[in-house]
Amino acid sequence: MAITAFTAASSAVDAPKRRSKVALFLLLPGLLYLALFFLVPLVSLVITSLQVPDPVVFGKYTAAFNIQMYGEVIGEYGTQILRSFFYALLATIFALLFSYPLAYFIGVKVRRWPILQGLMIVLVIAPFFISFLLRTLAWKSILSDDGVVVSALKGLSLLGTQDHFTGTPAAVVFGLTYNFIPFMCLPLYTTLERLDVRYLEAASDLYSRPFHTFRTVTLPLSLPGIVSGTLLTFIPAAGDYVNASSQFLGGSSSTMIGNVIQSNFLVQLNYPAAAALSIILMAIILVIVAVYVKRSGTDDLV
Amino acid sequence: MAGASASASTFADAGADLQLVGITKRFPGFTAIEDLDLTIPAGSFFALLGPSGCGKTTTLRLVAGLEEPTSGQILIGGKDVTATKPYQRPVNTVFQSYALFPQMSVLENVAFGLRRRHIPDPVGKAHEALRLVELDHLAARRPTQLSGGQQQRVALARAVVNRPALLLLDEPLGALDLKLRRQMQLELKNIQTEVGLTFVHVTHDQEEAMTMADTVAVMNKGRIEQMGAPEELYELPRTAFVASFLGQSNLFTGEVVETTATTIVVDVAGKPIVVPTARAARHSGTVTIGVRPEKVILQTTEPAPVAGENVVGPGRVIDVSFSGVSTQYIVEVPFLGPVIVFAQNMVFGPVVNLGAEVWLSWSVDHGFGLADDPSDAPRFAADTDTVSIALQRREALAVELED
Amino acid sequence: MTTQEALALDLTLDTKRGRRPRAGRFGLGSLILPLYSALALIFLLIPIVYTIVFSFNDAVKTNVSWRGFTLNNWLRVCDAPGVCQAFGNSILIGVIATLIATVLGTMIAIALARYRFRFRAATNLLIFLPMATPEVVLGAGLAAQFLSAGIPKGIGTVILAHSMFCLSFVIVTVKARVAGLDPSLEEAGRDLYGSPAQVFLRVTFPLLLPGILAAALLSFSLSFDDFIITYFNSGSLQTFPTYIYTAATRGIPPQANVIASAVFILAIVIVVTAQVAGEKRRKRLMKQTAGV
Repeated sequence: MAITAFTAASSAVDAPKRRSKVALFLLLPGLLYLALFFLVPLVSLVITSLQVPDPVVFGKYTAAFNIQMYGEVIGEYGTQILRSFFYALLATIFALLFSYPLAYFIGVKVRRWPILQGLMIVLVIAPFFISFLLRTLAWKSILSDDGVVVSALKGLSLLGTQDHFTGTPAAVVFGLTYNFIPFMCLPLYTTLERLDVRYLEAASDLYSRPFHTFRTVTLPLSLPGIVSGTLLTFIPAAGDYVNASSQFLGGSSSTMIGNVIQSNFLVQLNYPAAAALSIILMAIILVIVAVYVKRSGTDDLV
Repeated sequence: MAGASASASTFADAGADLQLVGITKRFPGFTAIEDLDLTIPAGSFFALLGPSGCGKTTTLRLVAGLEEPTSGQILIGGKDVTATKPYQRPVNTVFQSYALFPQMSVLENVAFGLRRRHIPDPVGKAHEALRLVELDHLAARRPTQLSGGQQQRVALARAVVNRPALLLLDEPLGALDLKLRRQMQLELKNIQTEVGLTFVHVTHDQEEAMTMADTVAVMNKGRIEQMGAPEELYELPRTAFVASFLGQSNLFTGEVVETTATTIVVDVAGKPIVVPTARAARHSGTVTIGVRPEKVILQTTEPAPVAGENVVGPGRVIDVSFSGVSTQYIVEVPFLGPVIVFAQNMVFGPVVNLGAEVWLSWSVDHGFGLADDPSDAPRFAADTDTVSIALQRREALAVELED
Repeated sequence: MTTQEALALDLTLDTKRGRRPRAGRFGLGSLILPLYSALALIFLLIPIVYTIVFSFNDAVKTNVSWRGFTLNNWLRVCDAPGVCQAFGNSILIGVIATLIATVLGTMIAIALARYRFRFRAATNLLIFLPMATPEVVLGAGLAAQFLSAGIPKGIGTVILAHSMFCLSFVIVTVKARVAGLDPSLEEAGRDLYGSPAQVFLRVTFPLLLPGILAAALLSFSLSFDDFIITYFNSGSLQTFPTYIYTAATRGIPPQANVIASAVFILAIVIVVTAQVAGEKRRKRLMKQTAGV
């Protein structure tokens, strides 16, 4: 899938695949590990979400089948759930608008100079190499009330003197967008880098002006990259809570489902609630992935 | 001659002249084309022939507008189009890789150019073009679902449907197998005559060029060496490159020792060889003359001297090579070097065996004289002809062994 | 160098360029795009520059306002309590998790690319899902599981967690590499009397090594920078990211900036060197094979 963003996948001839016991030996350890530490935790979550509080000890829960938890949780945190997906959607759209021209420039226009191309891509993924938290904090400082940006905007009367930027939904979306730009840009770049320029030449030869060529040739041919990038951005963004947390860019009106899960699990020790919310989040994500898989099959995923 | 579609088109009537004036194209590191002048008359099927790297594809791309010349002008139908973009020129290209848009159906591919120019009834015209190449039944398929030959025909239809003043074909038959290629050559020729467009066909296959084109230009290292009808180029080459690139030639260098009203006599390693003046570009000094291998006759006994015939020999047959229609013999003639002879296989088996002693003769009228000054070119100047290279090496080896 | 060796070497360099024509004169205004790209890249680098700059800040308690330039933070990195320990923990966890993930992942990648087996679709899905699952869910799930199993949170649980989510990324990276290998190289190895084990050790594995190293690097960086999953499963153990998170309320010491900057610079140097070296090698090979 999109993870070809991280690798220069070359499409060589497929080696003939053999049937052998060796395959089993190679697969089993890793798959067992995944089953144990991925599937089992998910099952664990489901079980936990159905538990009821122990009547005696606070913070302890006993096995039960309390489906009501889901209803409660949706009722209480419905806004946050919707808000998370809304923010994620916005962040994805902004990231796409930001990244596409950049990816196009690096992948198509700079092809003549491979070293420059490589360096520019390194710059795109450079944010990855500095701690996620520190970059978000950096923005918090830069965009804080006494920072340069806000002062300038206030000076230009674009912001009222009472307004602030950090702690608002806008700041959260900004943070999400920034942090996920590399996730959007890389798959786009991978696809655009492979774009055969001869199609563009053929279109121009057939009287198509540049913008029309972009719309009818470049865009459709880069669609796989767009889809990959969108999935890679939207899914983690929906579950993010660092950006929205109040130590960072968020405020009380912009909490996302991630914050809720975190506070329920680690602070309030309300494990069933946290588990139920996690399952709900996971379910929605699975639906999106299922739609994608239905269209493109599973071979492309890994 | 069928004209352009009668619709609201800003392009000239079908089949416009193409003129390249003083075109130079430099890339960083090398010059692809140097001071090229070329005029292609309207309505002709023109072939640009040359080895890889000679600049023919660059020339095509310059005409299409996909490259900008470093200097010079390009005129289509008398209009200077040098500064215009590809989508502004009445030129369409059939690309070597076909470049069919994979996300569109075959029909949409063919209709693409028509839609861009807002020609009415693009779908109808696209179907018409597909019928011309006999692929209308595959109109709904995607290009990836077609075979190579079918894709090539779709690419052709996509270009032809626009009735451009100039249709450029960039080695479009390269990926096809022999039989299909022959078929497509005939079809292309038919379509060109039927529709009346000016075709400019770029290829390195000299057989293809000679079969299809009305006019052939042989290009070498960014320049046109000779241009004319295929027969003219073949029977009367002007340069050693053309003589060796188009078919094969036996070339000999010597001094002109005698000139008469109609002939020149050249002294090649002691033997007098007669060449008609009308077929010799240079009449004095050191010249290179030649004769085509199929015009040379093998004689097993020394023939009596006849007027109008050149005889060399005796020589020894050093190679016999069967190639279906004919057999190629290489005869080593002392002081002359290896001479190639093609003899049509009228009987089974070779007419002479390896090692046999033979004489070679050919009609004087079949000889030609090159315009090259041999003092700057080695005897077999065509470095792209592997036969010459092999012969040169063999010759060098023979000399070495003799010493 | 034989053509076979050159071919093998070319495959290890993992670049695929030069066969398609370069982009010519098509575009959205020849100046807008480069200008936009330059601005975009500058925008992306702003927080990085900020972080690096503030690592030189002569800060007292909080590192938010600039007070003066000093090299002190760089020279006395471990002065801030807990920073170096957290950093050390992150490194340790990263190394171990990378080892586990790389070994298991490479095995699976080879199996996926080279062997037929049933339940391929299910396997693909199982490998893909961790990458698609939000970190909160993974973190909460693992924490819930450890809770019910009675395993105390600590370095062990963190390592187990990290190995899990790195595994999928390793698989994808290595698999792409395996799929790109020319099968005729291994066939040649077998043709020349190599047993399967020998062919693997002497032909396949060396060719895969760059991909495996890339996967290991990816895995390590994912593990090092992971926060959410770690936070759910670390208990009292501090990794570098959790240290920053908890320090965010009272003020992050500039030493944290120093460590982050150092890691950043190191990472950039490694990546850029690999790229430039790869490109130079490719160019050199092209020249050599052209003469063959």
